[in-house]
Amino acid sequence: MLEIKNLHASVNGKEILKGINLSVRAEEVHAIMGPNGSGKSTLSSVLVGNPAFEVTEGEILFEGKNLLELSPEDRSREGLFLSFQYPVEIPGVSMVNFMRAALNEHRKYKGLPAVSATDFLKLMREKRAIVELDNKLASRSVNEGFSGGEKKRNEIFQMAMLEPKLAILDETDSGLDIDALRIVANGVNQLRTPENAAIVITHYQRLLDYIKPNVVYVLYKGRIVKTAGPELALELEEKGYDWIREEMGE
Amino acid sequence: MKAEQQYMDLFSQYEDVIRHYSSEVLNAPRTQALADLERLGFPTAGSEDYQYTDISQLLAPNYGLNLKRLIIPVNPYDVFRCDVPNLNTALYFVVNDSFYDQVQPKVTLPEGVYAGGLKEFSEKYPSVAATYYGKAATSGRDGIIALNTLLAQDGFVLYVPEGVVLDRPIQLVNIFRSDVDTMTNRRILIIMEPRSEAKLLVCDHSIDDVKFLATEVVEIFAGEGAFFDYYDLEESTESTTRISSLHVKQAASSNVLINGITLNNGLTRNNYYIDLEGEHAEATLCGMSVLDREQHLDIYSYVTHAVPACTSTELFKNVLNDRSTGAFSGRILVKQDAQKTAAYQTNRNLLATHEARMYSKPQLEIYADDVKCSHGMTTGQLDETALFYMQSRGIPKEEARMMLSVAFTADVLSYVRLDGLKERLQILVEKRFRGELAQCAGCQVCR
Repeated sequence: MLEIKNLHASVNGKEILKGINLSVRAEEVHAIMGPNGSGKSTLSSVLVGNPAFEVTEGEILFEGKNLLELSPEDRSREGLFLSFQYPVEIPGVSMVNFMRAALNEHRKYKGLPAVSATDFLKLMREKRAIVELDNKLASRSVNEGFSGGEKKRNEIFQMAMLEPKLAILDETDSGLDIDALRIVANGVNQLRTPENAAIVITHYQRLLDYIKPNVVYVLYKGRIVKTAGPELALELEEKGYDWIREEMGE
Repeated sequence: MKAEQQYMDLFSQYEDVIRHYSSEVLNAPRTQALADLERLGFPTAGSEDYQYTDISQLLAPNYGLNLKRLIIPVNPYDVFRCDVPNLNTALYFVVNDSFYDQVQPKVTLPEGVYAGGLKEFSEKYPSVAATYYGKAATSGRDGIIALNTLLAQDGFVLYVPEGVVLDRPIQLVNIFRSDVDTMTNRRILIIMEPRSEAKLLVCDHSIDDVKFLATEVVEIFAGEGAFFDYYDLEESTESTTRISSLHVKQAASSNVLINGITLNNGLTRNNYYIDLEGEHAEATLCGMSVLDREQHLDIYSYVTHAVPACTSTELFKNVLNDRSTGAFSGRILVKQDAQKTAAYQTNRNLLATHEARMYSKPQLEIYADDVKCSHGMTTGQLDETALFYMQSRGIPKEEARMMLSVAFTADVLSYVRLDGLKERLQILVEKRFRGELAQCAGCQVCR
């Protein structure tokens, strides 16, 4: 599904990613861990086409297509979704209008007619239930005045609405209390199918207790320095990152 | 020759005609207006209150005037179809600067209410008209008011007697229709007696592509406890110049809302003077514009708190595209006796291009010591992080820009206290941003 080859990326002329190779297949969950500043969020930003980041080398194939040639909106319509680490507040744009615009753009891309008002509201209701998002929040402006937990649940709600093939969860667990974490993780698990996949970026094992990864990577100084099974996350939780730095001879 | 000279000459030459085709009440202040115009002249470019709009230059060309009040060959009912849903208005027309009295709307207003031509009203009820006409907009205040007072022959009046509540909004459509470049000078007089209530929607439309130079003076008198909404929607053309002066006098506990929406224009100068003269009066003054190409909008406001315990809230938002220019100059004067004043002023502007220009100048002048006053001004671009967030959900960048622009102006429309109109305006603004709008959907006036 996703094939990242020798990806180099920089921001403001400073190279952050220094040759990433990664391959994700359908039904898989890949977890990316690593200390602060290692390039995890840069990777997710590059994948969804944030214009602040510049790809200097390498390629990304998504379902066989050259992802780097696609606009951010086309990447989304091709089935890529990022759950933002810091969801953006958009005063004056209601969740309903926002979601309807997004959903209809996805449908248009697939050659489907716009969704009817009643079907849309029914869909909103169904998907809201997955992350136990209050109806009141859905009628408010996008993320405006939402608590940290509500913002993260709102991300998963949007994911449920758009049904992406590949979801990237960028520290979706940060700032969540244990109940919210369970709700968010349950939501993500409910949305898993044999056809889709997820990349989970996190600092903590606790999210991976709920969302079981197939592979765990450690990203360090812009490179993947360790690849292993779920047991790696447990080891990191226990020992921190110092042993990795030692292994790297630092 | 100074620009004002041609108007003084015109008046000297055609004084008899002007007077003949108007009424006693409108004629009475002309001599004073002439003296005021001669003394004041037009505001000069760069003067403090007219820094960004050169009034003298705008008034310099020689336009035709319809001083003999020849009937303009247009039936507004044929060309105007306003389909504001759920908005069943009593509809009136002013064509250029004459009240259109050929066909009257088929509505029955409550007894004692007068909605119609100013000339006719001032002939039928001269003492009422004379009590108010020219009393809020005094010609000694500036040369523009003097000019309008000198030449205005007709316009629109709404008179609502004490305690009468109009359930149905009144709509006045100003139609500019002419085959040659034309100057119009119209007046609107609103008299709200104590505890009366009314809502007036005024729409400006230019039908023809000739040049229109329109001066307008609006006077609003809100008696004690009166409620009045004034929605002013400009949808004219690039060749229309509008110089408007709106004056409000509010008695105790009155509540007035002024909402000025500039959807399409050429060059517009909107002056707002609001005098809070009775305690606990409340004024809301807001407006929004969408400007592009070479369009220009200059907003000037002067809110005076003369007595204690009044509230004024001011909010103006402008979205500027292409090479359009905007100016906002807002003054709040709180006099020494006006304790417990609450006065808020906000001006926010969105610049969509590097070429667009916005000039903003908030001014607070406070002589009382127990007041709550604030002002805020920002001019900036669309939030790039919000744009990207929307794109990342599949919304194309242009659509996202449009949605954010609509959202930016949303709070001005939220002040609209007429549900049908609010929805309609939301649609119009969205269409305007999509570039689909040169006119009201369904309105055939400006096709």
